[in-house]
Amino acid sequence: MKQEYIITVFSEDHIGLLSRITIVFTRRKINIDSLTVSESAITGVFKFTIVIRETPDRVEKVVGQLEKIVDVLKVFANTNDEMIFQEIALYKVSTEFLFESDKVEKIVRNSGARILELTREYVVIEKTGHSDETQRLFDELNVFGVTQFIRSGRVAITRSNIERLSVFLKERDAMLEQVD
Amino acid sequence: MATQRISGSEAVILSLLEEGVDTIFGYPGGAIMPIYDALYDYDQQVTHYLTRHEQGAIHAAEGYAKVTGKAGVCFATSGPGATNLVTGLADAMIDSIPVVCITGQVSSPLLGTDAFQESDVVGITMPVTKWNYQVTSADEIPEAIAKAFHIANTGRPGPVLIDIAKDAQFGMFDFEYKKCTKLRSYLPEHPVDPFQVKAAADIINAAKKPLILFGHGVMIAHAEAELKELIGKTGIPAAWTLLGLSALPTDHPLNVGMLGMHGNYGPNIKTNEADVIISVGMRFDDRVTGKVAAYARQAKIVHLEIDPAEINKIIKADAPVLGNAKKSLRMLIDNVNTNSHEEWIKEFRACDKIEYDKVIEKDIYPTQSGLTMGEVVRIASEKTNHDAILVTDVGQQQMIASRYFKFSQPRSNVTSGGLGTMGYALPAAMGAKIGMPDRVVFAMAGDGGFQMTIQELGTIAQYNLDIKIIVLNNNFLGMVRQWQQLFFEKRYSFTEMKNPDFVGIAKAYGLASQKVTSRDQLETAVQEMLDHNGPYVLEVVVEKEDNVFPMVPAGASVSDIILEP
Ligand SMILES: Cc1ncc(C[n+]2csc(CCOP(=O)(O)OP(=O)(O)O)c2C)c(N)n1
Ligand SMILES: [Mg+2]
Repeated sequence: MKQEYIITVFSEDHIGLLSRITIVFTRRKINIDSLTVSESAITGVFKFTIVIRETPDRVEKVVGQLEKIVDVLKVFANTNDEMIFQEIALYKVSTEFLFESDKVEKIVRNSGARILELTREYVVIEKTGHSDETQRLFDELNVFGVTQFIRSGRVAITRSNIERLSVFLKERDAMLEQVD
Repeated sequence: MATQRISGSEAVILSLLEEGVDTIFGYPGGAIMPIYDALYDYDQQVTHYLTRHEQGAIHAAEGYAKVTGKAGVCFATSGPGATNLVTGLADAMIDSIPVVCITGQVSSPLLGTDAFQESDVVGITMPVTKWNYQVTSADEIPEAIAKAFHIANTGRPGPVLIDIAKDAQFGMFDFEYKKCTKLRSYLPEHPVDPFQVKAAADIINAAKKPLILFGHGVMIAHAEAELKELIGKTGIPAAWTLLGLSALPTDHPLNVGMLGMHGNYGPNIKTNEADVIISVGMRFDDRVTGKVAAYARQAKIVHLEIDPAEINKIIKADAPVLGNAKKSLRMLIDNVNTNSHEEWIKEFRACDKIEYDKVIEKDIYPTQSGLTMGEVVRIASEKTNHDAILVTDVGQQQMIASRYFKFSQPRSNVTSGGLGTMGYALPAAMGAKIGMPDRVVFAMAGDGGFQMTIQELGTIAQYNLDIKIIVLNNNFLGMVRQWQQLFFEKRYSFTEMKNPDFVGIAKAYGLASQKVTSRDQLETAVQEMLDHNGPYVLEVVVEKEDNVFPMVPAGASVSDIILEP
């Protein structure tokens, strides 16, 4: 059965790596639902957070192929319940709705969103949450008319208190010693 | 090593020398001219072979790597030069062959401007290289080349490509070379886990009808002696994949032949009767497994494999042993019991008899008037005491040669397995001959494949590469025709060819050549070719519509292998 997976790829910082990583998915016709790249807690180590919907078997194979990429350090695949994750969304609505009634303001407050910028013409609202939450806010605001909307890729961290990669890097050092 | 101030181009050559390179295959052009200019001063240390097409250069590098175990090196210019390498890269990638390609690129300020002969080589070759890298500054060259060799040669080998911008070739810097032995993001092989070995040994020790399947990984790991020892100690019959050919002598008493679509009857049938399958350095390619859902369901699977992504990829392993085959086999030998499986082996011999009577005899000792590919292969093998290197192309002739040629030494079979690249044989044979100049090298090609890289006759003539070329001419794209006959109601859609005068072409290149059309000329002709000092093209006109059997029809199970149409 297909379900949502968060794939975390830790890698060296190299140009072209993003392409190599996405090729692993496109070659197997797997759609990437979201992709976020940033430096990890370890300087020089980059982290790709990739969301896909797939079967456990296909996910296992994709992880194997990703780990074969020379500049990739380690890959983890997790289901949503194993991680804490968020996305951020920005909404632009016309300022007139804010003054016509208190409805927009209430929606913003009740959803835990906040106003980032307010001008004569438009308001920019920001909301952090899971995609169903940011989508709900979109639907509510769209009653008035959302003129622009953007949702970020997912960011996710594990529930453990260490960076998984540090453990991995120690083991890897030991293994590299052992094989020569 | 003291530093010296040199150009990026000279650094390319010095770095290659540091890696022990003495042979390069290549083709120059604008964007790689500075490197070729630097090469001009090093003709005492390296021999460069100018091929007639970049595809020829990379297949030659593959052939060289296959027989020597050392990475093949290949040069090409930017744009069309580099794109001509792509087929060879894909071939080397799927067959795990170490090749280091260096391509010239337009100057770095011109990147992305659609400059003359600019193409995005790093982008294009990403899916077909184990690693690639673009150099835009001279001082990156030594490190990039050192990494390239480390990555190409270690773990599961593969092709790598370094694309060097022209300004980086001209740039001056202080050269210093340090070999690359370790990258933290790259673990070439897992240390073998003794618990995995123990689990595998327990399964093997309890087996009643075990079967070993071995592939290319055995030769990549130089584990031929260990394989032989395991087979000897356990008495287990062993079958080879197409790329595993020659890892064990053909006449080893426990060698039960070839797996797969056109492999032998016994090992295919018995795959679905064995209680334990021990696969060593092979990846359960679909040409080996046939229908996966009906493949060895009854057997416990022990899988010795260096690439973690191959374990459970196609066939689930009950006992995976991750790591280098030489090391894991050594540990396995120490953990398995001495045994023999006489009755089980008799079953294979019974299958051999059936196959011999129904297929082999009429292939290699035909009585029909037309010549068969099988008899040509048999004679070529016999006349070289089964000790030559065989380089095959793709198609019927490849399967027939793989079935009937015999091997005494490892690394003696060079063929395009995973990609099935027509046009491979002629250039790959050049690399094989250059890598093993003292051995007899046969290039066997069909009339179709021969014409895909026929221009390499020019290279063979220029360097007087003593290759014995046999063109098995059936005037057809034979393998496709066979499928059309069997599965498309004999609708021979665009598979018949009007061929040129091959002997005339060979002669025009200055090569010795003759054409054989009847059985009474054959032995003498093969002998004349072998006695001739230098390259030789022997065209043998064979029966037009012969088929390769046995055959596991596409989508069928290995146990449904058929011996005749
Ligand atoms: C580059 C390439 N194109 C097409 C094919 C498909 N193909 C496989 S075998 C074959 C026929 C080969 O004909 P020939 O070289 O004459 O060999 P024969 O089968 O007759 O021995 C073809 C076209 C291929 N393997 N490689
Ligand atoms: Mg043919």
